[in-house]
Amino acid sequence: MVTVKQLPREEYWLPGHAACPGCPASLGLRMLGKALEGRFVLVVPAGCTTVIQGMYPKTPSRVPLLNIAFAASAAAATGLRAALELRGIDVPVVVWAGDGGTVDIGLQALSGAAERNEDILYICYDNEAYQNTGIQRSGATPPGAWTTTTPLGKRERRKVAPLIVAAHRVPYVATASIAYPLDFVEKVRKAVSKRGFKYIHLHAPCPTGWRFPPSETVEIGRLAVETGAWVLYEIEDGVLRLTGRSASLLDPARRKPLEEYLKRQGRFAHLFRPENEQLLELLKMDIQENWEAIRSALERGGRIL
Amino acid sequence: MPRVVVSGNEAVAFAVKLARVQVVAAYPITPQTTIVEKIAELVEKGELKARFINVESEHSAMAACIGAAAGGARTFTATSSQGLLYMSEMVFWAGGARLPIVMAVVNRSIAPPWSIWCDHNDAFAVRDAGWIQFWAESAQEAMDMVIQAYRVAEDEGVLLPAMVNLDGFYLSHAYEPVEVPEQQTVDRFLPEKTPAPYRIDVDKPMSYGTIANPDYYMEFRWKMQRAMDEAARVIREVDEEWGRLTGRSWGGLLEAYRCDDADVGIVLIGSWAGDAKEAVDRLRSRGVRAGVVRLRVTRPFPARELRDAVEGMSAVAVVDRSLSPGLPSVLAAEVKSALFNAKRRPVVRSFIAGLGGRDVSPKDFERIVECSLKEGPEEVTWIGLRGVTPW
Ligand code: SF4
Repeated sequence: MVTVKQLPREEYWLPGHAACPGCPASLGLRMLGKALEGRFVLVVPAGCTTVIQGMYPKTPSRVPLLNIAFAASAAAATGLRAALELRGIDVPVVVWAGDGGTVDIGLQALSGAAERNEDILYICYDNEAYQNTGIQRSGATPPGAWTTTTPLGKRERRKVAPLIVAAHRVPYVATASIAYPLDFVEKVRKAVSKRGFKYIHLHAPCPTGWRFPPSETVEIGRLAVETGAWVLYEIEDGVLRLTGRSASLLDPARRKPLEEYLKRQGRFAHLFRPENEQLLELLKMDIQENWEAIRSALERGGRIL
Repeated sequence: MPRVVVSGNEAVAFAVKLARVQVVAAYPITPQTTIVEKIAELVEKGELKARFINVESEHSAMAACIGAAAGGARTFTATSSQGLLYMSEMVFWAGGARLPIVMAVVNRSIAPPWSIWCDHNDAFAVRDAGWIQFWAESAQEAMDMVIQAYRVAEDEGVLLPAMVNLDGFYLSHAYEPVEVPEQQTVDRFLPEKTPAPYRIDVDKPMSYGTIANPDYYMEFRWKMQRAMDEAARVIREVDEEWGRLTGRSWGGLLEAYRCDDADVGIVLIGSWAGDAKEAVDRLRSRGVRAGVVRLRVTRPFPARELRDAVEGMSAVAVVDRSLSPGLPSVLAAEVKSALFNAKRRPVVRSFIAGLGGRDVSPKDFERIVECSLKEGPEEVTWIGLRGVTPW
């Protein structure tokens, strides 16, 4: 178990960057830097992080950072990894992509790299919409959520990216949350200790798009886990186990009521009007079925396939 | 120097091996596929020490090349037609990022209607991506060109990606005798890849491809233009040096065939230059003084060389194997703009032919020349339209 004291004091994502106040992505990048002590290379497709890093010729990144087109990050990381290997440089190549760049436009390249079991760590910071573009829905936006392209609430369910990736039978898949930094750090470290394709799906509550005050990012993230709306787990060599706070939440009775999480966010405000009851049900069903999938995997000794 | 009988595609694959390429990422598409099959075989047999990445699309092929090139490796891919269009976003990225990737484009028409035959619209679709665009006439030239392309692309004053175009099926699948240069010759000509000043280095962290605001963006573009200007010089020098080493120099930026005393010149790119040359020989035997100007590169566009080559001609016939609907002729427009300020400017006639693999014979080229010498409207003439004869 890592403790805060064991983390380097050194900062690898410098202050003064261009993120919104309370940004979960910059929190995550800060943790990632500390987890790997600055020895890695970042590959970043279009998204909030493109903007957070500010403008040429300055950058808050103290690790090399390759920006790349939206759909291309997993493939670019593959090539970069190959080049570093040729040069005998053994540092992790880490993709840092948003949910749009991961579950939508980037899914094909991600799948290709996972199938080839490339030795890269792919981290998706999931802020559940195209926040940087102006809060449009993505394939990871939860049902019911307001976005600028789902003004009445999203009517479809979300893609469960970690399980999609796990179906490629890669050595390591995990979910994490910016509200549980040490859990995230541990997962990053475990991931890079393995050869092959690693995937971490990092829940990243975004004050801008989710409509909550910037001071509450971590609290909202924690509520997501405590209510069971987000689940922390890892899948090592095809075997799933719950981790951290989620480990004791398989029993729904132990979770906080979902409303505590939803009511704190402007994007779900309309769900509590009577005419939107069905959307709220859809969201609950989406969360419930996610847990069911986890439960049935655990009943098979954690095997997901 | 061993002589072998190979297809254009195999010639390209051998060039990749001789250039000691380190990373190859490719997705199969007709008629390029046998290039990457051959490379995969060479890698598998250990004859080429490279990482061969079987990507899931052309978009990823170029993305992987970009990652590899940014990481400091010598990289190659090949594509064609729809594949090039699918890849095109990354093609522009590679140009803007100034990564010296070399790509073979086996030219093939664009759908719909589906066509697997040759024309040049695929490469022209990415004309402004910041890539050097080479056009081969023969399998031998395609091989030499790939090797030359690395020298040019990796030149410190250039640092731009380069595309070697070869006509689908006419060059890719036809077998020709090809002289394969010795490995030592190529090693001397093309030393091990010197790391670009900006390759990714964990000890010297930098950000690549960040946002540039209006205070900076334009300078990045200006530098690309300057690099293209520099590329023109380097292409010429590199071709001369290759000539000294192998006895084969291809003319630098363009090849002028029997142009010195010509009244009329055919201007074109690609493999059908051979048919045009044959037509010129026949015309000359009938007393018509004709020549061929074959552009070896279209980016950088060899404007000055072209002016010199056609100086004194009364007419020039530009034959396009591509169409820009509404213009309609890409190459002719470029030739016209290059000649516009020339003191003695020949009449430029524009012809569109061979789209979608339509056969064009030396006889057609003879007629093109004859047509160009006559007075006539400045319209574009289509050659070989079924049921429509322009003459
Ligand atoms: S929109 Fe959200 S994720 Fe993006 S920079 Fe702002 S707070 Fe961060």
